[in-house]
Amino acid sequence: MHSAGRSVRKDLESAREEIAKAIDCAPSEVIFTATGTEANNLAIKGLYWKAAKSNRNVIITSTFEHHAVMDPIAWLAEHENAQVISINVDRNGFILMDELAQAIKDHQDKVAFISIMHSNNEVGTIQDVAKIVKIAGDIPVHADCVQSFGKVALSFKDLGLTGATISAHKVGGPLGVAALILKRGLDIEPILHGGGQERDIRSGTFNAPSIVSFAAAAKESVAAIADRDKKVRAIKSELIQTVTKNVSDAWVNGDQTNCLPGITSITFPKTDSEGLLLLLDSEGIACSTGSACSAGVQRPSHVLLAMGLTEDETTSTLRFSVSHSNTVTEIAKLGSVIASVVARSRAASGKK
Amino acid sequence: MKKLKVIAAMSGGVDSAVAAARAVDAGYEVVGVHLALSSNPQKYRSGARGCCTIEDSHDARRAADVIGIPFYIWDMAEEFHKGVVENFLSEYQSGRTPNPCLRCNEKIKFEAVLDRAKALGFDGVVTGHYAITKDSPNGKTLHRAADFEKDQSYVLAVLRTDQIEGAIFPLGDTVKTDTRKEAKERGLFVANKPDSHDICFVPSGDNAGWLRERLGSETGDIVDEAGKKLGEHKGAYTYTIGQRRGLALTVPDPTGEPRYVLKIEPKSNTVVVGTHEALAVNTIIATPPTWCGPAPELNKVLRGFAQVRAHGLPLACEYKFDGTNLIANLDEPVFGLATGQALVIYDNDRVVGSGTICETI
Repeated sequence: MHSAGRSVRKDLESAREEIAKAIDCAPSEVIFTATGTEANNLAIKGLYWKAAKSNRNVIITSTFEHHAVMDPIAWLAEHENAQVISINVDRNGFILMDELAQAIKDHQDKVAFISIMHSNNEVGTIQDVAKIVKIAGDIPVHADCVQSFGKVALSFKDLGLTGATISAHKVGGPLGVAALILKRGLDIEPILHGGGQERDIRSGTFNAPSIVSFAAAAKESVAAIADRDKKVRAIKSELIQTVTKNVSDAWVNGDQTNCLPGITSITFPKTDSEGLLLLLDSEGIACSTGSACSAGVQRPSHVLLAMGLTEDETTSTLRFSVSHSNTVTEIAKLGSVIASVVARSRAASGKK
Repeated sequence: MKKLKVIAAMSGGVDSAVAAARAVDAGYEVVGVHLALSSNPQKYRSGARGCCTIEDSHDARRAADVIGIPFYIWDMAEEFHKGVVENFLSEYQSGRTPNPCLRCNEKIKFEAVLDRAKALGFDGVVTGHYAITKDSPNGKTLHRAADFEKDQSYVLAVLRTDQIEGAIFPLGDTVKTDTRKEAKERGLFVANKPDSHDICFVPSGDNAGWLRERLGSETGDIVDEAGKKLGEHKGAYTYTIGQRRGLALTVPDPTGEPRYVLKIEPKSNTVVVGTHEALAVNTIIATPPTWCGPAPELNKVLRGFAQVRAHGLPLACEYKFDGTNLIANLDEPVFGLATGQALVIYDNDRVVGSGTICETI
């Protein structure tokens, strides 16, 4: 390789080592992809096609995965004869471990892999992934860690995972770069065929500048976890108190102990979240609703439905994400408008 | 003075985009809203000219972004189905020919949307309709647009005065070609998007086929005014009064005169045909009346103009309100008038009011 190429290669491999350090895995376990969606697709389809060769066609997942996990699994069920078992979650967003153990017992020799998210993107609940891996025994476990990486301490090695998905844009890095962390020595079927740049598992010319930025952002985020965690949790707790003080019947979804520091899902009964969003935006407060269809029409969130909320309740729910850069003053601003915003949205929603 | 806050209903077409942009220029605080009228957006229409496809919602969002206003999608599918689509079907089933655009303005844009906007603290709804509102001592009144070719006051004549109060039509003084030019100048990609003409929820514009799919195609007799059978039809509701083509009569008229649909009788499932003269209508009775301004004095005969089709000509007439019905006596007869359409009365360019035609004499 010529010297210019060597220089890029050096930066790229340094970045790989940096990412490996950030998630506590070996550098060779880092497979760069373009997006988290691609990494999830690669893990799920790759693990499935490998297992299918030895007649394992059962996929175990949860009822409230991100679409980037749910949809490739549904595709495998529809086109590749996969049998899918979705483990239910409780009201706080924890998967039912007994149900998982039973499913594994029932299908022991048939299970291709398990894919359960590390933390949920809508409510923030963090699963006990180490326990899932323990129950799984020899069965490979993949976890979508996109929400958790850079927010809470993660060790790929200690969790005992076979696969983990992380993405640059959730740690302040650029859009268009992500990674699948895949256990060393494990060869899975690729979904993109070509030059085989990443362990012959992922083809495509390296997006070197973005990968280098990803590594820098990951390093900074992971180093700041300890400092930011306490601060962000304090702001979130202030937000929850402020909201529930002003709207007495509002409630928070998801576990409040084992959870991401900054995400909170709040239901405002009998409102409609689109109306809340519109009014809060006009007050300069940015938050989000659950899911929308391709035309942009709001749909009941499958996450909240899985946790036992009614359809009306899911469309009365907002997700607030706070970070270390939010301030108590901003929370006070929310507190000063939330009661009237909720009252207006209630009048407009027509919900009884 | 506090800035007035308005919702701009954005279909994804050029008119509503320019209307929203003008509302911003006029000093309103504008929020763009696209109405999702079908719970499964591709279900109703797959072409590019409707008002409820995914492509249209993207076009509306893009226009809002270029204008620089917030944008939301409001799910009005249930209201639209109940207020417009079901009404459309039941009217046809009753042998009438409905106008769904009027119902949509009455039940969706200036009721469901306006009510929701007001509840959220907005002052009104902006649309790209070609019509004018004017302030008068008795409140706002509704008038024809400056561009007679594009005038849409007919499909707005179902609005009550309180609905007109909340309506803002920034394009009323503009001709369509200028709207397109302005859209281009404003950098709005929809500038050259074709106008929509068909019924937005009927794919491919095949109204008869769409109705047949939903209402069945029970065959029945086509008869003359004396009741003599002349042929068979495949579903009475797929015919329109005044229709001449596609009757496929098996018994030719002895005089060789063409025959027209005179009446549709859903109960006996028959279609009555007759001569052109038999289509002549001199008196139109419509109910219930909606007044787009001050109501006329009871039983007082007034002079004005009647309009019976969306882009029809104004017909000179005398009209009165008898307490129940709006009655128009035309100076000259009109031919082939379907019940279910709206009778709209004008006092020169001002819309007096409207009613659904229930009887013609």
